[in-house]
Amino acid sequence: MTMENMVDVLVIGGGNAALCAALTAREAGASVLLLEAAPRAWRGGNSIHTRNLRCMHDAPQDVLTEAYPEEEFWQDLLKVTGGKTNETLARKVIVDSSRCRDWMRGHGVHFQPSLSGTLHLSRTNAFFMGGGKALVNAYYRSAQQLGIQVRYETPVHRLVLEGGRFVAAHTNCGERIAARACVVANGGFESDREWVREAWGQNAAGEWPADNFLVRGTRFNMGVVLKDLMAQGVDTIGDPTQAHMVAIDARAPLYDGGICTRVDCVSLGIMVNKNAQRFYDEGEDFWPKRYAIWGRLVAQQPGQIGYSITDAKAVGRFMPPVFEGCKAGSLPELARQLGLDEAGLMETVSQYNAACRVGHFDHAVLDDCHTEGLAPAKTHWALPIDTAPFYGYALRPGITFTYLGTRVDEDARMQFGGQPSANLFAAGEVMAGNVLGQGYTAGVGMTIGTVFGRIAGAESAKAAMKVVA
Amino acid sequence: MSTDSLNRLIAQAEAEVARQMQVCNACRYCEGYCAVFPAMARRLEFPSADTHYLANLCHNCGACLHACQYAPPHEFAINVPQAMARLRVQTYAHFAWPHRLGALYSRNGLWLALALAWSLALFLVLALALKGSLWHGLLAGDFYAIFPHNLLVALFAPIFVFVVFALAMGVSRFWREIAPAGDPLAAPHAGEAWREATANALTLQYLGGGHGEGCSNSDDAPTPWRRRFHHVTAYGFLLCFASTCVATLYHYAIGWHAPYALTSLPVLLGIVGGAGLLVGPVGLLWLNIIRDPAQGDAQQKPMDRGFIALLLLTGVTGMALLALRDSLAMGVLLAVHLGVVMALFLTLPYGKFAHGVYRCAALLNWAIEKRQPSRLRLSDA
Repeated sequence: MTMENMVDVLVIGGGNAALCAALTAREAGASVLLLEAAPRAWRGGNSIHTRNLRCMHDAPQDVLTEAYPEEEFWQDLLKVTGGKTNETLARKVIVDSSRCRDWMRGHGVHFQPSLSGTLHLSRTNAFFMGGGKALVNAYYRSAQQLGIQVRYETPVHRLVLEGGRFVAAHTNCGERIAARACVVANGGFESDREWVREAWGQNAAGEWPADNFLVRGTRFNMGVVLKDLMAQGVDTIGDPTQAHMVAIDARAPLYDGGICTRVDCVSLGIMVNKNAQRFYDEGEDFWPKRYAIWGRLVAQQPGQIGYSITDAKAVGRFMPPVFEGCKAGSLPELARQLGLDEAGLMETVSQYNAACRVGHFDHAVLDDCHTEGLAPAKTHWALPIDTAPFYGYALRPGITFTYLGTRVDEDARMQFGGQPSANLFAAGEVMAGNVLGQGYTAGVGMTIGTVFGRIAGAESAKAAMKVVA
Repeated sequence: MSTDSLNRLIAQAEAEVARQMQVCNACRYCEGYCAVFPAMARRLEFPSADTHYLANLCHNCGACLHACQYAPPHEFAINVPQAMARLRVQTYAHFAWPHRLGALYSRNGLWLALALAWSLALFLVLALALKGSLWHGLLAGDFYAIFPHNLLVALFAPIFVFVVFALAMGVSRFWREIAPAGDPLAAPHAGEAWREATANALTLQYLGGGHGEGCSNSDDAPTPWRRRFHHVTAYGFLLCFASTCVATLYHYAIGWHAPYALTSLPVLLGIVGGAGLLVGPVGLLWLNIIRDPAQGDAQQKPMDRGFIALLLLTGVTGMALLALRDSLAMGVLLAVHLGVVMALFLTLPYGKFAHGVYRCAALLNWAIEKRQPSRLRLSDA
């Protein structure tokens, strides 16, 4: 490829952050080539499974109620990350989240009020009409209209760097693509089961826990470019053993189970492991605040499996799950269906039932129904499991995303030995760890992807123009 | 088709809708697109009647297919517009009156062609028998010189009465199943519900894609044209019908007999309506041809296109008749136009037209249902 027809900005990745970068760079006048590893039908990475982004706002806006000021957003982020965040970058994300939606609308994204069952997010999160795949489709349409070149089924396996400066990318089919600047926005490494297995290692019982993990999102986040960058000395952030993990239905597909495989009845019943023993307080806090700890809790149990047990009283009180649960007229029968020890389950349930101190049940507040003298306790919504039919769901850890990524500065530049690169940028999941070192709060991944996608797009266009000048 | 195999097809189509709705109910991302998903969210299970209700609430706008993270090639293979379309045609067949004629839906293209051929032949032969020749002297647009008024009334009135009765019987059986609570006039807030359902039907609210920009057709981009062409077609049809009604009124109530002047109300209504039946069906046919094959049920294309073609033929022959009513060809044109109109009416209760009737019922059921408290106690916590 000669200098004349060399593309200004090469975007590696095809999800939300990559598209935001590509569109912004194109709007700044750069020529843009976007390489998506997936075929068209699977384009968009984990973004197709998302549904909203968290937005700061000082007054009610179209689909957002009340106000969500900068300071509150920052405190929320501080709390969920336990301080593992970069305040400068985080505040940049927060402030830009208040003004990025008009730009999104300009590219065809529509918003809708929070979905049924998600009223708790109506103040903080703007929902995409139709979800993340509709957003991704809108961005691809806009990209086409703006003349951005898009190539599907084009994974990149190696970058050519010179002193921290991007020169070219090698695709899996052996093509070398040079560009004046590059944005890496191709996600984490959660789809690479070998890497995750290695990161998690063996537990005391000799099990490889990660063998029993499912991946909630795309099969294309193999982390190949991340691994290559690490080998070339990029500064990283985050711990490879850390991943956002949710307990999802054990029958979910290995990849792309998405939102619908979650099971929301944990706080309405008890959770036992394969030995029919309880292992954590199911009623510690509201489910939306706790669902994300259960992936890890289940991962720490033998066989990496848990069983949520409820009775008839829970029916209709939680979001309907995608797969029918096991249903039985008696607890021993349920134990048989789930493959649990009958006597063990009966013992656990009768101890729990005897310990329940039932007051006024109210699933909408932290109510006064709790256990006494039981370890671990169930501190809210503790009702005896005594009304047939009984239901059981087997749950496994499902990885949403990994936290390990590349360190970036305010301009989304990657760094090598503390030195920012002149023309290599990162956006989205591959750098989200800068802002979200651990934990999670709904919609923040899309906010980081959108804001840093736009920053990377603008800065990469600038860097490319500088080369031309 | 035997009753057994028909029942098996219905059961399959219902089971597929129920399967898909269970996945959708655990996701709900499409809630903003149309009424199907909010109606789904009020349920935990999808028995037969509910699947028919939801299938007829679906307008096949396609937005949810393109937005779906579980659409093929995903193993969940969610394609709501297709599952709904496949069930809808079973709804029409299942609730058809008389029941035996429901089978006409499954071979609708053939049925339309036969009805058309028979109707055309009828009028051409009648014209020959009555006048001895299809060609005649100049008659200054006097249709009744060819077919006496009373003969036309005797031919069309029974068919019209039958069409109304057959569709009413079908939709009332449908209503009894989908709305077990019964009387749509006695429901709480019935007035509001009727107003909303009427507005939703008249504006084709749910071909707006939720955001008002229109529905998907050949790809994931929203387009307003399907809604527009449908409006032009449906209102064109209604104007033509209004033209006939006004003319009937003139004939019987006032004693003004055809032919009417170009500036008369029946002719003006007919011209505008006829123009609608030229433009609208051509547009709909074009959109139907370029539609993404994954959106909807490809097997129903003969039924869809047959109905569109009949509407177009009605418009074309009507306009030709008007343009040439003072010429020697008036007799032939009249016979052809009347043949087409008769075929259209004969096939109304057993073809694509049924969608309007069942959809209006489903819209009304939704407008009533949404005003009632949910039976679920989903907490947000």
